[in-house]
Amino acid sequence: MRLVILDDYDKASLWAAKYIMNAINGFKPSQTKSNFVLGLPTGSSPLGTYKYLIQFFKEGMVSFKNVITFNMDEYVGLPRDHCQSYHTYMWDNFFKHIDINPANVHIPDGNAPDLIVECNNYEKAIDQAGGIDLFLGGIGTDGHIAFNEPGSSLASKTRLKSLAADTIASNARFFEGDIQKVPKMAITVGVKTVMSANEVVMIIICGGHKSFALHMAIEEGVSHMWTVSAFQQHPRCTFVVDEDATLELKVKTVKYFKGLMEVHNKLVEPRVPSSFTAP
Amino acid sequence: MADRPKLYQFTNCRILRDHKLIRSDLWVRNGRILNPKLLFWDEKVQADVRIDCCNYIISPGFIDVQINGAFGIDFSSPDIDISHGLRIVSKGLLQHGVTAYCPTIVTSSPQTYKSILPRIKKRPGGSHGATVLGVHLEGPYINPLKRGAHECEMIHSKVENGLETLLNTYGSLDNVVLITIAPEIPGILDAVQELAQKNVVVSLGHSAATLSQAETAVNRGASFITHLFNAMVPFHHRDPGLIGLIASNNVPAGKTIYYGVIADGVHIHECGLRVAHRINPAGTVLITDAMAAMGLNVKKYQLGPMVVEIRDGHAYLESTNTLAGSVVTMDSCVKYFRQASGCTVVETLEAATLHPALLLGIADSQGTLSFDTNADFTVLDDNLNVMSTWIAGRRVWMHDDCQMVLTD
Repeated sequence: MRLVILDDYDKASLWAAKYIMNAINGFKPSQTKSNFVLGLPTGSSPLGTYKYLIQFFKEGMVSFKNVITFNMDEYVGLPRDHCQSYHTYMWDNFFKHIDINPANVHIPDGNAPDLIVECNNYEKAIDQAGGIDLFLGGIGTDGHIAFNEPGSSLASKTRLKSLAADTIASNARFFEGDIQKVPKMAITVGVKTVMSANEVVMIIICGGHKSFALHMAIEEGVSHMWTVSAFQQHPRCTFVVDEDATLELKVKTVKYFKGLMEVHNKLVEPRVPSSFTAP
Repeated sequence: MADRPKLYQFTNCRILRDHKLIRSDLWVRNGRILNPKLLFWDEKVQADVRIDCCNYIISPGFIDVQINGAFGIDFSSPDIDISHGLRIVSKGLLQHGVTAYCPTIVTSSPQTYKSILPRIKKRPGGSHGATVLGVHLEGPYINPLKRGAHECEMIHSKVENGLETLLNTYGSLDNVVLITIAPEIPGILDAVQELAQKNVVVSLGHSAATLSQAETAVNRGASFITHLFNAMVPFHHRDPGLIGLIASNNVPAGKTIYYGVIADGVHIHECGLRVAHRINPAGTVLITDAMAAMGLNVKKYQLGPMVVEIRDGHAYLESTNTLAGSVVTMDSCVKYFRQASGCTVVETLEAATLHPALLLGIADSQGTLSFDTNADFTVLDDNLNVMSTWIAGRRVWMHDDCQMVLTD
C-alpha cells in the first residue's frame, strides 16, 4: 500500500490526476485489451481530480478516446436526468468536457426493468472490457466505498443496496429537504468488484472529519465495518490524502510515508512507465 | 451511414442561454440546437465536426422587427422588384449579425400595399440570407400630428368597420406579422382586438395617445410600442402619454409591454435609453428603423417622393431636422446600446434576440440558444463585433479576422 500525503485537497487532486493520466498514457493496448478501463466515483472527493483531468485534456496532454469507464453506483428509481443522479454528476463534472466515446461509458441503470439483471450484466460488462485497470474512489466518514456501507460483505459484487437511514437523512439536503424524495436504494459495485481491479487509487479529501476513517482503513485490521479497510489486501492500492486527513494516524505512520514522498512523487512525473511494483 | 447528417460541436465559447453567458459547447445537427446530454446518453454519438470558437461569444442571431430597407432597397417603393430587393437586403444583413427581420412598409397607398404585400412572403433563412419573418406595416392608421417622415396624404384618420376596413386598405394580412397603429384613431380598437386574435402583433406608435388610450389598446391586445420616444407625445408627469405605458400597471398581469428603441445615438439620448431600460428591462427591443441608404455611402437619398439627407451618419428629411428613419446597422445598435445603457452583455443581446422573438411569439424556435430551436446564431468578440453569422447551423457570413477553426 502507498500513502501519499499532500499539503491540501488541491495538491492531492493534482497528484491523483497526474497519476491517472500517466496510467492512461502508459497503457499499451494488446490483442486481448484495446482500451484502458477506468473505474470512477462520484461525490465531493473526486471533483478536484476530474477538474485536473479535464485541464490536462484541454492542454492536449491526455485523451480519453481509448478509455472505457465504469462508475461505482447510481440511485434506483431516480430519473436519469435528475440533477442529483450520478449520470448528471458525471456528465456535468467530467464527460461533457472530454473526448470520451459515449459508447465506452458505463453507469448502472437505476431505472432498469429488472435491477438484478442490470447488476449481473454490469459485472459481465466489466469482465468483457477485460477488467478494471484502475479504480478511483473516495470514502465516506464511516469508511464506506461506493454504497458499501458498514457491514457490507467484503466479497460483494455489483448488487442492489438499501441505503442506511443515516445516509437517506443526510442526502435529504440534495432533495429539497424532503426525505420522501430521497431514493431509498442504489445499485452499487461491491467491495470485491473494486478489489478485482488491477489497481486502486483512493482519494480522501479535506480532512479532519475523514481522518478517523483513514485510521481505520490503514492502521487497524480488515473489517466489513470499515469496508475501505479491505484494500489492505489489495496488491496495488494507493491512498492520496491531505494533511488534515492524517490527524488520527500514528506519527510513525505519517513519518514513514512522508519519508517515501520523494519516491512516490516520481510516479507522477511525466511519462512514467506503466509497470512498477508497489512498495 | 454516409448520408447521416453531421453533428457539429462548437467549443471553446461562451453561449447565451437562460439569461446567462455560460461556458458551454453548442451542439448542432440538421439546423437545430441539440441537448448534448441526450446525444451522449441516448444516441451515444460524438461530434463529427468540432469548431474551435476562440473563446468568442455565441448569441442567438439578431432579429430586426423594423427595417424599411437597406443597400439601396426601399421596401415601400411601389415600383420596386421586391423579390430582388429582399434578396439584396437578406444577404446584406448577414454581415451585421441579423438572421431574421421584418421588412417594414411605411404609410403607403392601398394600391401599393396590394401590389407589394403579396410578394413579401415569409421565407426561411439560409446561405441566401436572413429569414423574412413577415411584414411590419407601419401605418397608414397613424396620427398625422406624429407622422414623422410618413406622407400626410396617405394617412387614414378613422376606421369605420374594424378589421374589414384595414383589409380594404391592405388587401391581405397573410404576410403580415406586425402592424403599427395610433390607438386614438376612431374605430381602430375594434381592429386591434381582431388583429391580436389573428396573431398579428399590434404596436402603438406615430401617436399622440394618452396613457389611458394606450392602456385600453393593450387590454385589447396591443403589446409593442414603435420606436419609443419618437413620433409620440413627450413624457409629462401629469399626462404620461404613450411613453408612460412602459411603467403602466393597468395592463393584464404578467404581460410584458415591449418597446422598440433605435439605439443609434440620435433618436434617443443615451439617458433616455437608460430610463426606458431601467423601468422595463424585459421589454427592450432593439430596432434599426433603417431606410434604403443604410449600407450605402451617400449624402442624399430619394425615399419615395421625399429626399433624405445623411448628416453625421443620421438620416433627415432634406433641409429639416425631422429624422427619417436611420442608416444604422443592428450590430452597431447592439454595441451602442451596451455602452449607453450600461447594462450587461446578456441584457444587451437579449434586447436584440430574445425580446423580439417573444414579442413575435416565435421564441420556441428563434431568438434563443435553447435546445430544439433553430441554429441561427451570431458569433461575437468581447466588444460585440460580429465575427460570423450562422443560419440553420451553416456559416453564412464570416469576418476576415474570424479565427474559428473546424476539425473533422
